[in-house]
Amino acid sequence: MSATGDTARTSPSGNALIQSVRDSLVVAQRNLIRMTRIPEVVIFGLIQPIMFVVLFTYVFGGSMQIGGTTDPDTYKNFLMAGIFAQTVTFATAGSGAGIADDMHKGLIDRFRSLPMARGAVLTGRTFADLVQTALTLLVLAVVALLVGWRVGSDGDSGAGRVIAGFALLLLLGYAFTWIGALIGLSVRTPEAATSGGLVWLFPVTFISNAFVDSGRMTPWLRHIAEWNPFSATVQACRVLFGNPGQSHSSAWPMQHPVWASLIYSVLIILVFRTLAVRKYRSATA
Amino acid sequence: MPGAIYAEGLVKTFGDVRALDGVDLDVPEGTVLGLLGPNGAGKTTAVRCLTTLLRPDSGKAVVAGIDVLARPNEVRRSIGLSGQFAAVDEYLTGRENLQMVGRLYQMRTKAAKVRAQELLEQFHLADAADRTAKTYSGGMRRRLDLAAALVVAPPVMFMDEPTTGLDPRNRQQLWEVIKQLVSDGTTLLLTTQYLEEADHLAHEIAVVDHGRVIARGTSDQLKARTGGERVEVVVHARPHIATASEVLRGFGTGEITVEEHTRKLTVPVTGGARLLAEVIRELDARGIEIDDIGLRRPTLDDVFLSLTGHTAEDGGGGGGGGKGEGGGGPGTATGTGAEDRGRSKETVQ
Repeated sequence: MSATGDTARTSPSGNALIQSVRDSLVVAQRNLIRMTRIPEVVIFGLIQPIMFVVLFTYVFGGSMQIGGTTDPDTYKNFLMAGIFAQTVTFATAGSGAGIADDMHKGLIDRFRSLPMARGAVLTGRTFADLVQTALTLLVLAVVALLVGWRVGSDGDSGAGRVIAGFALLLLLGYAFTWIGALIGLSVRTPEAATSGGLVWLFPVTFISNAFVDSGRMTPWLRHIAEWNPFSATVQACRVLFGNPGQSHSSAWPMQHPVWASLIYSVLIILVFRTLAVRKYRSATA
Repeated sequence: MPGAIYAEGLVKTFGDVRALDGVDLDVPEGTVLGLLGPNGAGKTTAVRCLTTLLRPDSGKAVVAGIDVLARPNEVRRSIGLSGQFAAVDEYLTGRENLQMVGRLYQMRTKAAKVRAQELLEQFHLADAADRTAKTYSGGMRRRLDLAAALVVAPPVMFMDEPTTGLDPRNRQQLWEVIKQLVSDGTTLLLTTQYLEEADHLAHEIAVVDHGRVIARGTSDQLKARTGGERVEVVVHARPHIATASEVLRGFGTGEITVEEHTRKLTVPVTGGARLLAEVIRELDARGIEIDDIGLRRPTLDDVFLSLTGHTAEDGGGGGGGGKGEGGGGPGTATGTGAEDRGRSKETVQ
């Protein structure tokens, strides 16, 4: 059992980028297998946003004033972009908890002792989470259609624009996953990652245009809401889906929501991926 | 020439705590070093530094001829790490776990599959290969974890408390695996709190306490430092303690230790089994009923006690009743596991 014989079976280290992609896929595969073994996690991940759709539609619908009307159907069409965006961001708490769990169980130590690409554990994880988010979004869109959400209810839309809207949502979700990953690497226990991964999402998703017309907020709050990266994606989706309630604010992200959403998400990925990978390299369980 | 594992002046601090306070190690190729010490002595930190998981504040480390600090990724190709937490993914099957690790060691997919099958058979996990690791027993998980560390048959292995929490049978099994590994030429650094384990597996032992190596040598060399053997008697009734004590004084070469509540007397002796027979005859002649009597050779626990003033299991905190000084007085060695004791004792029925 000598080492020389066995190292011959390993592939030449080759291109660092290729190795990075390959390792990330191995880790993503691992996380996707896990999802099939613990389907209840995926199912609960679906139930929560569905509950939000139903509750907001029937409880708040009729009391909310959107574009000068309290018509429940208007609110329904206004709401969906917000719920979609909220769903993709809330999913990130799960990523953080998963990473904290891996640390806790010593798996991160195992990975770190292997000659693998340094960002691959996190990239693989976030990629697997993206697949789950896409699945959730698909089911949620069907539920939204069932309760009466209509694309193009208040403006132009079309297949291409709808796809672009969902792409922006997934990109936002992917960006926020890196924040979740950083939280997961920074806390001591998986429980802390679950709660710590959620608390900051409430202000981010609620001080926004997701559930109410941000134009009716107090000025300073309105300001925050309009520059909130989360609001940019919501606004972009309303524009692309042709849904009501698009803000007419002069704030730049509200004027150019698609660009703003793209720029914000890419920036978040760049910053938080760097921080998370750095944290991962020095991670101690 | 430095050995397969070499460390010089390793220091690592966490805040105010000096987890490693200048550790030197040198493990020749193909041998086993047992790093022995209580919880918090710095054993795990040392392993983490040597396996690239933690960067030491200062010092030098070379593993398999490669500088750990300068070229960590090359070191990772040459080492296997098996930790005390059995780091396997419990929602993956045994086979999936091993294949994943193989691929992350940069093996080709097919080679990783072949190797996984080999290891599953070697570690008697073939029947459970396609069940999730969640369903495995503690011993099976530990074997899977070890198998994962051996995927590329690394020339240097690190095992951090490989048998902690295992029942005696599983521990025995794992020891056999480890011995096989070493006889195949692997260099191994093993940390343990079990003195018996270091005694059993290691060629050389380094005793660690408060981040320093306080003694090193073979098991026999370390035992020689604590002096010779002693007779241990458990009398049937408390009133007999005084008389028994008198008898033992006649044979002993040092002070007698008495544990009232267990009715146990211990005395250092020279003369081995022949002397033991004499002691028995004498006790019998005086009409003292005995529950147990034995000749006890020093264990590594005694070594630890004489070096640090506390037993390994006490974890450095004052050391309960055991306070042994230097060579002659082996102390009472409270807290010795029954198992450790049984092995080093020749009980006369």
